[in-house]
Amino acid sequence: MFASLLGRMEWHYFWHGWVQFGGQLAMVGGVLTLLAGMTYFKKWGWLWREWLTTQDAKRIGVMYIIVATVMLLRGFGDAIMLKLQQALASGHSDGFLQPDHFQQIFTAHGTIMIFFVAMGLMFGLINLVLPLMLGSRDVAFPLLNSTSFYLYVAGVVLANISLLYGEFGAVGWLAYPPLSELAYSPGPGVDYWLWSIQIAGVGSLLSGINFIVTILRLRAKGMTLMKMPVFAWSVLGSMILVVFAFPILTGTLFMLSLDRTLGMHYFTADLGGNAMMYINLIWAWGHPEVYILILPAFGMFSEIVATMSRKRLFGYKTMVYALMAITVLSYLVWAHHFFTMGAGGNVNAFFGIMTMVIAIPTGVKVFNWLFTMYKGRIEFFTPMWWFMAFATTFVIGGATGVILAVPAIDFQVHNSLFLVAHFHNTIIGGVVFGYFAGFAYWFPKIFGFRLHERLGKAAVSCWVGGFLLTFIPIYILGMMGATRRLDHYDPSLGWQSLFIVSGVGTLLIGLGVVFQIAQLAYSVWKRHELRDTSGDPWDGRTLEWSVPSPAPQYNFARLPVVVARDAWWEAKRGGKAIFSGAYSDFTLPKNSGVGVFIGAFVAMFGFAMIWHIWWLAVLALVGVATTLIRRTYEEETEYVVTADEAKRLDMKSQKAAA
Amino acid sequence: MPKVKAILSKVNIPSLPTISRRTLVLLWVVAGVLFVGLLVVLLRGHSFPLLQTRGEVASRQRDLLIFATVLAVLVLLPVYIMLFGFAWRYRAGHKRTYKPNWDGDSRVEAVWWGVPIIIILVLSVVTWVTSHSLDPFKPLTSTQKPLKIQVIALQWKWLFIYPEENIASVNEVAFPANQPVEFSITSDAPMNSFWIPQLGGQIYAMSGMSTKLNLKADVVGDYRGMSSNISGKGFADMTFTARALSATGYNNWVQHIEHHALGVEHLDMDEYKQLAKPGTSGVKYFHIHDPSIFDTVVAKYMHGMQSTDTDTASEDEDNHTHNVEGHMNTEDM
Repeated sequence: MFASLLGRMEWHYFWHGWVQFGGQLAMVGGVLTLLAGMTYFKKWGWLWREWLTTQDAKRIGVMYIIVATVMLLRGFGDAIMLKLQQALASGHSDGFLQPDHFQQIFTAHGTIMIFFVAMGLMFGLINLVLPLMLGSRDVAFPLLNSTSFYLYVAGVVLANISLLYGEFGAVGWLAYPPLSELAYSPGPGVDYWLWSIQIAGVGSLLSGINFIVTILRLRAKGMTLMKMPVFAWSVLGSMILVVFAFPILTGTLFMLSLDRTLGMHYFTADLGGNAMMYINLIWAWGHPEVYILILPAFGMFSEIVATMSRKRLFGYKTMVYALMAITVLSYLVWAHHFFTMGAGGNVNAFFGIMTMVIAIPTGVKVFNWLFTMYKGRIEFFTPMWWFMAFATTFVIGGATGVILAVPAIDFQVHNSLFLVAHFHNTIIGGVVFGYFAGFAYWFPKIFGFRLHERLGKAAVSCWVGGFLLTFIPIYILGMMGATRRLDHYDPSLGWQSLFIVSGVGTLLIGLGVVFQIAQLAYSVWKRHELRDTSGDPWDGRTLEWSVPSPAPQYNFARLPVVVARDAWWEAKRGGKAIFSGAYSDFTLPKNSGVGVFIGAFVAMFGFAMIWHIWWLAVLALVGVATTLIRRTYEEETEYVVTADEAKRLDMKSQKAAA
Repeated sequence: MPKVKAILSKVNIPSLPTISRRTLVLLWVVAGVLFVGLLVVLLRGHSFPLLQTRGEVASRQRDLLIFATVLAVLVLLPVYIMLFGFAWRYRAGHKRTYKPNWDGDSRVEAVWWGVPIIIILVLSVVTWVTSHSLDPFKPLTSTQKPLKIQVIALQWKWLFIYPEENIASVNEVAFPANQPVEFSITSDAPMNSFWIPQLGGQIYAMSGMSTKLNLKADVVGDYRGMSSNISGKGFADMTFTARALSATGYNNWVQHIEHHALGVEHLDMDEYKQLAKPGTSGVKYFHIHDPSIFDTVVAKYMHGMQSTDTDTASEDEDNHTHNVEGHMNTEDM
């Protein structure tokens, strides 16, 4: 009786081996230290009021970034273990990881880096700046925004619980069936993978809707679409992709979960299932996903390059067309991930050519950035260093992408380390460097002080050097016929020395991470010296720089009125003032714990589904429904800031800045 | 920017040395040269299967790879020159023209729409042609009839069946050099990918269907083959040797197995079930009487689908008819 109440939970799922035990110890230790610290310093009430229940997009953004950073450290720890294993495990040495554990680690590495690091940083940064940039006080649906965040956290929590109790999928980050089906992976690992990204994915979809509505409905007066900053355009493109692509992911995972939980046969090898259908569907989401991540990075660079070059962005309209072209085209390329399935010449050629066509608008963007720099006065602050790092490395990734897009070539490099090097090249060189640039650029606006420059530049140098040292050998290994995901290999192949060089490169990236942590810690320590009193530390161009740093909760005491692109830049140079007229009353959302509760119940639901604890699953769903129903009875969900109060706050923050 | 500079001048970490721009550039160049030198030393004497090809298909794919790489370099070079050139020339403090409001020029923009379009157009034509000419399903042109070999991916080993010679082998496949070989590939395991890099590109091995790979070795030799797609615990050991032999060498190889030489067993469905159990394996040879093992393995996953005609094989147009050749792997390509 008791056993059935606990589904398929068993004691042995706690113990896997000493290597895993180290991970479990670190995780439990970290969480306990955090909880003890919070209790000792009596910070729980503060945490609940100021952060967990906040509806302020900027604070939600900060929370996204904190969680994503912790996950970045975890994903990077996974990467170091993978590298160490591959550097060691040649010939008679089996390295220090069992094959099954090694496979769990690379599955976790990919899943965490894409869903919980890249997506988390992206939503975090968008939350930080999008409303400010549009001249809005908040996103369209603040409560939905906070709920999205807690769904993301629920996914993060589930993925990490798998380390403590159970196992993770050992099937690669996209879990191709039939390997990911019951016949070959009966344990809870694939279910952990499945439910953690299913839940986070729903959060992403809700965020997508939220940001689209924000962009379409909450722009400052006078900010027509073609006067909107390019970052906002890039977010629009990315969020359109989210809204169309994530339902595919949800549906695909739902079918896989029916297969795994109820023994159905959507994607099994037999009884009418078709694994090829899964592979098509997952990439119909998966390819737009990489553009979901890269478009905002393009947008950030467009803002940064123009600001740092002290010059208007070159070819604004072309940039917008290029962004939208990429948005549409990214739906028409998914099959290039499996030319080797043998769909035939016509299909492969179509998807190959569509893939190459994307290189055109992407190339145009690069040229536009270059000509934004041309005849400018370029200030090389850290964000601009990240741009240089991006431009240097990303174009190689683009070029190898075009090479991979030729089906006849792809047959030779698919699943090889050449492919692995290619996508790390675009994701690290493009997405990661982009988000780091954006973080350094907008940090003063959110926290009121700048990040230390030289530590930041040291971090950029280590990241670029480490990246090249890691991935050039990986490209070469691809040419040597090395395939991905190998936990050991034959010494006669001569791969080991390259794996070692690559591992050293990863350590250099690690040094870059250390510099980033040091930069953050040192900047917090020296925050008074680094204080940004101007609100406009970079001599910026867009509306977020028109308010004091840190930006007040309500963003704008008076809403701006815009007549031109680069409205703030123009206003500073004698154009029409953007704040004029009288103060007026406005409303702000009250704090709400609804998101926290929904996130907690949904995490509980996911855990119950993974372990087949049906009563708990039902209970959790009842919890979600109750929370939602209870919310509908809350009448006072907003509070009014009167015109006088707005004026007083505005004067106060201006005085503080002066 | 004076505000920023004033702030920055206050904050310095003594232990972090200041590096001038010139020194920085020099450091990067030296590091780059050292790195390339290191790679040259490390790579000496090692083989590059994708470049040192020994088969017709692989050689054509290599030529294409080099062509695409050259095109890519042609695009990258001007980008790098402009990137570093502009960054250097227009760094703050320069005395050159500064045009803060110059934000477009349709002629210039036409160039960087036009040039990539032309390059992609060229590459698209090449892509279209080679996607068809190098389609792995397409038989190679040769005066000789292709040798048919059936391949079954198992957990975690490769079974090769020679339906015309009535022999089979595990983790070793032999064929005469210069004669085309037509592999029919399926899987009795999770999805795998069948790849002999020095002879040509890979194709997936999937349950319930049969894919095809046409290859031809130009040179006698032993070549490394493997599964490139994760298929469970033992996947890293799922390698095999592809032996391109001389015509007599191949006949000897076949006869060695046919004449029940030492260690050669008989492969029937019972023995096959033993072999298919998860586990890695060394090289094995078999003699077979039942020529239908491959078809049986393909068909067993089709159970429950015979009654309907809505499976992907008959439904999709060009797409899947190509790789799911009906229920029984008919040779209607």
